[in-house]
Amino acid sequence: MRVLACIKRVPIPGAKIPLTDDGTAVDDERLGHTVSPHEECAVEEAVRLVEAHGGTSTVLTVGPPDAEEQLRAAVSTGVDQAVLVPTDGADWDPQRTAAAVVAAIGELEQADGPFDLVLFGNESADAGGFQVGIRVAVALGRPMVQGIKEVEVDGDTVRVSRPTGTTSEVYELPLPACLGVREGLNLPRYPTMRGRLVSRKATIAEVTVDGPAGGQSLVALESPPEQEVETEVLGSGPEAIERVISVLEDLKVLT
Amino acid sequence: MIVVFVETTAGDDGDVLAGPSRQALTLARSLDDDVVAVAVDDGEVDLDEVAEDAGRYGAVQLHGAWHDLLDRYGPESWAAALDGLVEELAPGVVLAAGTERGGEVLAHVAARRDLPLVANVTHAEADDAGWRLQRVRWGGSLFEHTRLEAERVLLTVQPHAVDAVEVVDPAAAELVEHDVELDDVVARTRVVEEVVTSTGVSLATAPVVVGGGRGVGSAEGFADLERLAGLLGGAVGCSRVATNNGWRPHRDQVGQTGTAIAPTIYIACGISGAIQHWAGAKSAKHVLAINTDAEANMVARADWAVVGDLHQVVPALVAAIEAR
Ligand SMILES: Cc1cc2nc3c(=O)[nH]c(=O)nc-3n(C[C@H](O)[C@H](O)[C@H](O)COP(=O)(O)OP(=O)(O)OC[C@H]3O[C@@H](n4cnc5c(N)ncnc54)[C@H](O)[C@@H]3O)c2cc1C
Ligand SMILES: Nc1ncnc2c1ncn2[C@@H]1O[C@H](COP(=O)(O)O)[C@@H](O)[C@H]1O
Repeated sequence: MRVLACIKRVPIPGAKIPLTDDGTAVDDERLGHTVSPHEECAVEEAVRLVEAHGGTSTVLTVGPPDAEEQLRAAVSTGVDQAVLVPTDGADWDPQRTAAAVVAAIGELEQADGPFDLVLFGNESADAGGFQVGIRVAVALGRPMVQGIKEVEVDGDTVRVSRPTGTTSEVYELPLPACLGVREGLNLPRYPTMRGRLVSRKATIAEVTVDGPAGGQSLVALESPPEQEVETEVLGSGPEAIERVISVLEDLKVLT
Repeated sequence: MIVVFVETTAGDDGDVLAGPSRQALTLARSLDDDVVAVAVDDGEVDLDEVAEDAGRYGAVQLHGAWHDLLDRYGPESWAAALDGLVEELAPGVVLAAGTERGGEVLAHVAARRDLPLVANVTHAEADDAGWRLQRVRWGGSLFEHTRLEAERVLLTVQPHAVDAVEVVDPAAAELVEHDVELDDVVARTRVVEEVVTSTGVSLATAPVVVGGGRGVGSAEGFADLERLAGLLGGAVGCSRVATNNGWRPHRDQVGQTGTAIAPTIYIACGISGAIQHWAGAKSAKHVLAINTDAEANMVARADWAVVGDLHQVVPALVAAIEAR
């Protein structure tokens, strides 16, 4: 089977998210980069499905040339093919991103045949628009369900489930299908030494496509006001226990 | 007119609106007097009861969408039903709560019409040039101010960003029922089965959460945290490091890509307090940090801290509580 995972390069902020001077972007110059944990699971699932059923796995991102780093990381964990849709570096809105993903999928499918499954993260780590995958699926006319934490391919259907708190909803989608997956779907593997070597030499395919901008335009980013708390240190070891217990009693969680 | 897609739940006095839907109606009221709710009639919900509740939060009408295929949830079927009613009612704005279903259904409606959708909005205001919106990014760790121009404005409302407020003189919303038309193809994404998965204290609603991170060191290390949580009637949570190491299942993870918690007290043991972890913990009313590093972010964010080794502090605390 052919499985595609869509990922987005994002910075890794530490305790605070630093902004550029004009306040319109995250200042990522001194930050490392990664993809959403949801998307790491999408990549891992693509590799596992191909291990189990044969075929090829592909990873795709719409992003700046630097996003090659995230594509190679995916290859180092076993993905067969990596595709970059280069942008001007600015963060595209969800409609424009989805249009570019749809166009790129069109080109890749024309060359090598249809993808049985296209996997997305439930939401991107930075923008969190909860929509790019749904837009792509609707444009392709394929079934799509979000929030998935279990995937099982059986012939030409995929049985998936999503937790809702106390229950789990099961869906059975005909292939080809799209899924928005959540962290916890699997435990992503670490790259092997060989994987790292392979990824360094892998060719990154480029597909140049674009879509029109949607109606949304970013004005500014702002850190929410931090509540200033005065931390009271109760002690430095077991001798603090008595004071911990009175805190718990005061809060009435211990009676 | 504003259409609000509402979700329902069984309350003590019959079927009512889910909390986030009440919040969405409250926000809608601040934008327009003419607020109309839309709910899916799954054949089980009592829409008369829901109409009464919708009236309390300012809806003048409740439109119920009925079709054989709507009896079980399905993103495509529910979105097609909402889309049909939106076409009929022709509102300027469509809102839903930023819940799993609300967000999913509205994204499908947006995709069907290729309209922009702004997710997880905390504030909305119209002016001559269109809409000025504030929304959350990074799971709530950053606000985005954004402009939107669209023939029809689609928004989801960030849960708990707006307090649900009842109207002063409530009247039940007028119930209008619709037999909607659906293409059979939408049946492909309907729920085929619902399995009960968990019992016991749920992490999201637990009054006490005892969280463990890298400092716990192993799966076995969580035994003391389990004991403490048990004594306090709480649940065990963890950081992503604990999940990634296979010490805890992912359903225990607190944070941006895990569960959001809101306990009376969060006891965070060996967790540094990274922003993505804090995104899920910031609604805790109080925080007690147990950490060897007095400079850790979790300590700075905590009301109380024990600066020490959790492997000594937690067992001593368990023993002291058991000895009471
Ligand atoms: C997009 C994205 C999403 C993410 N989502 C999440 C999420 O949902 N949830 C989440 O948790 N993380 C998430 N992360 C990961 C997050 O950035 C941190 O890496 C993670 O939270 C760190 O976990 P930790 O605090 O257990 O580990 P560390 O940061 O390594 O901290 C360990 C702490 O334990 C203390 N310690 C060590 N030994 C002891 C001891 N014996 N006694 C007491 N204290 C001790 C140390 O002083 C330190 O403060 C996400 C990251 C990204 C990029
Ligand atoms: N720039 C991008 N390139 C490739 N995939 C993307 C991009 N942006 C978003 N996606 C995918 O769509 C999912 C949902 O994104 P969002 O709608 O931004 O929350 C992400 O988890 C990715 O799988």
